[in-house]
Amino acid sequence: MFDTLTLAQLPQQDEDLRPVVRDLVARHVAALPADRRARSWQGFDASFSRALGKAGLLGLTLPRAYGGHERGPFARFVVVEELLSAGAPVAAHWIADRQSAPLIHAYGTEAQRQFYIPRICRGEALFCIGMSEPGSGSDLASVRTRADRTATGWVVKGQKIWTTNSLHSDYMIALVRTSGTPDDRHAGLSQIIIDLKAPGVTIRPIVDLTGDAHFAEVFFDNVALGHDALVGGEGQGWQQVGAELAFERSGPERIYSSVVLLDAWVQHLQAAGRSDCAALVGRLTAELATLRAMSIACTARLAAGESPVVEASIVKDRGTGFEQELPQVIGDDLAAHPDQPVGEELYRTLLYVTHVAPSFSLRGGTREILRGIIARGMGLR
Amino acid sequence: MHDAELQGPFARLLDDMADMAAVRALENGAPVAALWQALAESGFLDALVPEDAGGAGLSLATIAPLIETLGAQGLPVPVADTMVARALLGGAAPRGPIVLVTSQALPVCGARFADHALVDDGRTLVLSPLAALEPQATGVQGSSAMMLHGRAQGPAFARPDGGLRPVAAVVRAALIAGAGARLTDMACAHANTRVQFGKPIGRQQAIQQMLAVMAQDMVGARIAARQGASRGLAVPVALAASAKITASAAAARLAASAHAVHGAIGIAAEYDVQILTRRLHEWRLADGSEGYWAAVLGTARLQSAQTTVDWVREAIFG
Repeated sequence: MFDTLTLAQLPQQDEDLRPVVRDLVARHVAALPADRRARSWQGFDASFSRALGKAGLLGLTLPRAYGGHERGPFARFVVVEELLSAGAPVAAHWIADRQSAPLIHAYGTEAQRQFYIPRICRGEALFCIGMSEPGSGSDLASVRTRADRTATGWVVKGQKIWTTNSLHSDYMIALVRTSGTPDDRHAGLSQIIIDLKAPGVTIRPIVDLTGDAHFAEVFFDNVALGHDALVGGEGQGWQQVGAELAFERSGPERIYSSVVLLDAWVQHLQAAGRSDCAALVGRLTAELATLRAMSIACTARLAAGESPVVEASIVKDRGTGFEQELPQVIGDDLAAHPDQPVGEELYRTLLYVTHVAPSFSLRGGTREILRGIIARGMGLR
Repeated sequence: MHDAELQGPFARLLDDMADMAAVRALENGAPVAALWQALAESGFLDALVPEDAGGAGLSLATIAPLIETLGAQGLPVPVADTMVARALLGGAAPRGPIVLVTSQALPVCGARFADHALVDDGRTLVLSPLAALEPQATGVQGSSAMMLHGRAQGPAFARPDGGLRPVAAVVRAALIAGAGARLTDMACAHANTRVQFGKPIGRQQAIQQMLAVMAQDMVGARIAARQGASRGLAVPVALAASAKITASAAAARLAASAHAVHGAIGIAAEYDVQILTRRLHEWRLADGSEGYWAAVLGTARLQSAQTTVDWVREAIFG
């Protein structure tokens, strides 16, 4: 079972990208405190994203003709790993680079490719994804936001919610109903690109429990769009979203969300000369190594041209479990030594990650939904 | 040689000579001689022996899937141990089964079928007749593990850096991965056929969630074991640790879930699940549990000022 999800290696030519990323990270990120770096792919810095674009580190898998670099998923793995393990603020370009550009490349028209992808590769066109709605969380096929044809294109009515970074984004790729009713489920859904500066779009930020406002509610009040707003086939939205989520679920972002905290804790242990928790450090280190090997194995399936939906779910479920375990066991360890002072920065980092950790197994598909996908992949149901 | 070219004939040989009925018979005292004869004639026992010494000259990475196949059969005979021992002994290996002995504090898996033991005494590897080690049965139902109380006696061979334990741990990890994969298949098949409340239990979300976690443990153990096997017989300690921590921790969970899905029939002696779960627990404890290797790995990690990802990349992915 899952025989093709097996040990794979990062090619040397892709490993060679590390120094380029490290140089940028050293200049933009290294001086930030750990509790800022722990925000990682929630950290928004448009100038850093443009610097990555300038250094040729965005659009790695896309053709040169559109400003990409014609490298494979392994190159992207290396760059993303370097950025996330350092806690670089990647939110600005994150979704555009990871999902929107590959989606537009795969399903868009030539004009759409020419219009959007080069700017994404320069870190200048920022995207968000409109999937969830107030009544549609895990049950994505029940979305009610509609796009109806008009003489000049489309008119969009409805509401999205929990859309990460919509406040700072230029565009949203939304899953909307273009025919039928929510009872038609997967049929009649399409993906549509919405210019968030268009009249009728209202974005209301939602503050989360850490005090950040990275997600928002987005309202569409008869937003008029051109014919070219539709991306991919009309009625093909469900299939396209499925392929898109495989990109979202397989990467190293699903194993490194708490790694800045892990490193801060290890430094604390080293400074305090503590070796009593070596077994805990070892167990966590081994889990990180195994997850890294699993994530590379999944990347190899992407590199082979597959859409490893089930395999990516396996990596994401296990990975987010690890990400959530770290703040729990590190908090226990620190407080199990009540006479050993804990620095303020480490404490703030611990509590930030502790509070935000529940989101790790919600975003991009909940744990329970992923396990259902895995079970189907195992031949159940 | 390509994996599939090796694995097909090897799996067929085991299906012919060591199916579950044969494994039961071995557990009940049947002689191992005929199986051993077939294995010896197949050449697989010398898979890791260099070609100039008459072997197939294959790498540990190449034969890791074969070790998984041995695990999937639930075979208690020390076939993988013997493959490793024959490679380490060059041309000096005896004909019969050999167990790798990395500790005499706990029973040694497969000792009941072994003629010889390759014992790591901390300075050298000693090839000892098993009898010299005064093997003693444990009294555990169906177990081929034995306590070895005596002193190893026999010719000494060069001890690899880090000793025998790292490679033995990787062998155990691969056996766990194979048995875990078989149990996952069996649990899925059972869930799809066993009907309760008017439908197959595999349609219950609670069962699906449990099986999805089994898949993660099965894949994780396999990838970790193959990574452990990726750098030859001189397994770096960090690599062995990562493989055995992941596989041993998975072993306990896989066994528990396999039983949970199967219900009462799984613990019945006449049903095959319990053969594999008993093996998983034995292999988990052999050559260092996850706790032993976690302390080893954590101690090494804490000595480095690198970030965790950098350290893991160098020490384990190297």
